[in-house]
Amino acid sequence: MNTVWIILFAPLLAASLILFLKRWKALSAALSIGAILTGFVLSVQLFYRFLSLPPELATQLSPTPLKWLVVSNLFTIEFGALIDRLSILMLLVVTGVGSAIHIYSLGYMKEDPSFSRFFACLSLFTFSMLGIVLSNNFIQIFIFWELVGLSSYLLIGFWFHKDSAAEASKKAFLVNRIGDFGFMAGILLIFTYTGHFGFAENAQLIPQSGLQAGMLTLAALLIFCGAMGKSAQFPLHVWLPDAMEGPTPVSALIHAATMVAAGIYMLCRTFFLFSGSETALHVISWIGGITALMAALIAVAQNDIKRILAYSTLSQLGYMVMAVGLGGTTQALFHLTTHAFFKALLFLSAGSVILALHHEQNIWKMGGLRAKTPFTFLAFLIGTLALAGVFPLSGFYSKDEILLLALHHNPLLFAIAILTAFLTSFYMGRELFVVFFGKARDHHTYDHAHESPLVVLLPLAFLGLLSIGAGWFGFLPHFITPEGLPPHHNPFLGYILLLVPASGLGLSALLYLKQNPSDNSLKKVLGPIYKLLENKFYFDELYKHLIRWTQGLLAQVCEFFDLYILQKGAINGLSGGTQMLGWAIRHIQTGHTRFYAFLIGLGLACTLLFLLPPN
Amino acid sequence: MITLHHYLLVSGVLFALGITGLVIRRNALVVFMALEMNLNAANLALLAFSRYKGFMDGQVLVFFVIAIAAAEVAVGLAILVALFRRYKTVSIDDLNSLKL
Repeated sequence: MNTVWIILFAPLLAASLILFLKRWKALSAALSIGAILTGFVLSVQLFYRFLSLPPELATQLSPTPLKWLVVSNLFTIEFGALIDRLSILMLLVVTGVGSAIHIYSLGYMKEDPSFSRFFACLSLFTFSMLGIVLSNNFIQIFIFWELVGLSSYLLIGFWFHKDSAAEASKKAFLVNRIGDFGFMAGILLIFTYTGHFGFAENAQLIPQSGLQAGMLTLAALLIFCGAMGKSAQFPLHVWLPDAMEGPTPVSALIHAATMVAAGIYMLCRTFFLFSGSETALHVISWIGGITALMAALIAVAQNDIKRILAYSTLSQLGYMVMAVGLGGTTQALFHLTTHAFFKALLFLSAGSVILALHHEQNIWKMGGLRAKTPFTFLAFLIGTLALAGVFPLSGFYSKDEILLLALHHNPLLFAIAILTAFLTSFYMGRELFVVFFGKARDHHTYDHAHESPLVVLLPLAFLGLLSIGAGWFGFLPHFITPEGLPPHHNPFLGYILLLVPASGLGLSALLYLKQNPSDNSLKKVLGPIYKLLENKFYFDELYKHLIRWTQGLLAQVCEFFDLYILQKGAINGLSGGTQMLGWAIRHIQTGHTRFYAFLIGLGLACTLLFLLPPN
Repeated sequence: MITLHHYLLVSGVLFALGITGLVIRRNALVVFMALEMNLNAANLALLAFSRYKGFMDGQVLVFFVIAIAAAEVAVGLAILVALFRRYKTVSIDDLNSLKL
């Protein structure tokens, strides 16, 4: 049996076994962690085999696809596993970061009564995510896409007894549904034109199928809708911040490192669609740019330790989408990988803080934790510096490539990206200084604060090392595309990249690096804008009213139809018509025999007139 | 030479007279007589066809009609007598109690 199938199905096996064994907590956790570690080891092995093979033989690594659904000779849907540079990279990210987070969960979820259920869901998620990564056709990727949505729903609503968590999971599911609808429509549109679902077939057929430019753009944008939902791009971004209601390992794994990256991965996988349509690429790059800037702005005025990170995730996803829109799939995947490392690190260290403070998430109630949790502080610091793009951490390299791409293609987007980078370092500095510096503001929680156990700290160390070194030697871009990214020496960009994080962090240090930091000076400077940012540009309220309004309108139309057309028109009309007809015909029955005789005669005469030939 | 057409014409005129009688007369007895006239017009047409086309079916049918007409008149006259006893009238315009 091919190892690829083991990587894919081990987590599913673990998830289904845990269903029966959930009484034994240790066994459940061992199964789940064992499955993903197996996946990680086999992925690394696969990676080395891939590197050792000459490029023309590397395709042999993909196992023969199974014929899954054969509809006479119309079409065949395969269940395959595609092994190439793209999927190996994603396999490593998903299983690697996933393993760290699975182990971390051991510590984080230790006291939860639904411990086993958590690991079952986590394994189900891993299976679905690996399914997306390995898919070789649109139908397969769509099915796993939905499975990922389902496991995300289960995990966001893991603490379903909390209303906010239940609401958040519902919201995530529904918002994703909108995007997925577009995705499915796009898949069907492509299928009508090419008659194939496979990526390879479509990549070959689409350029020569004579698909009109307009149709191609439409198909591309519909497919992009799917990515917009999963990767939480404007205007479907509203679910991601609420998804922070889930347990912190979930936020790290699903809503920072892997699932939200599925949209970016899918865009890169189906890039053959987009490369033919300038318009689609243009739209995509702008959606990415807008999301990046908007989310960074909102993050400046948030108070929840995880929400700030959630908006930062949105913003970084915006970067990746923008890179794809500018034609740079390599840059996008590079940033995806480094982001997965340092964002998972940030979330896990935030989780460690939350654990230390017994589930306190408001950053204004923290402070001075540097002394109490030195190791977590170090991890958070590395994550912050990497995210801010400080030389020589991984974030610096990947951000550098995206900014260079923007500079070459679209100066306006470049300006937006620079502004976003500045804001990123500012809000991360704010979070860092408020949480770990100054003096403790809530003494009760502070006194009980303690450094997290080793199972929590080990994954932090692993991810911390990756966050530092993942960008070095240009190894990742070289793996993503064999020729790598062109070397560049742009002193202008170099200075900007050194200056921007420094100024952002410096400004936040100026504002927040004190004994009693507060948002007052920021509020004073920004005025009403602060309120706008604090309320996330009122997107939730806007959507609420929009939905209420459309729903109200729809209900009124339905009511009108029911009341006036069905009830008054069809039903009352039918009975009224029958009554009217009866009333009219009743008047023929005069009771005068002679009149009847007259009618009989008349009828006879008419019949004769009708029957006899006209002459 | 008397042809089929002549017979049919007479039959038609008789029938028309019968219908006219049915419509314009009020006395139930006269109405009956008009009805008999209709039947006999039909009889005449049947006989004429039978004679000229050489089928015997028409003549058989006429015997049936005559027999049934006799029975019908017996019933009809009995109803008339009963009606007269009850309402003291045989004008069919007054006999409309079945009207809704």
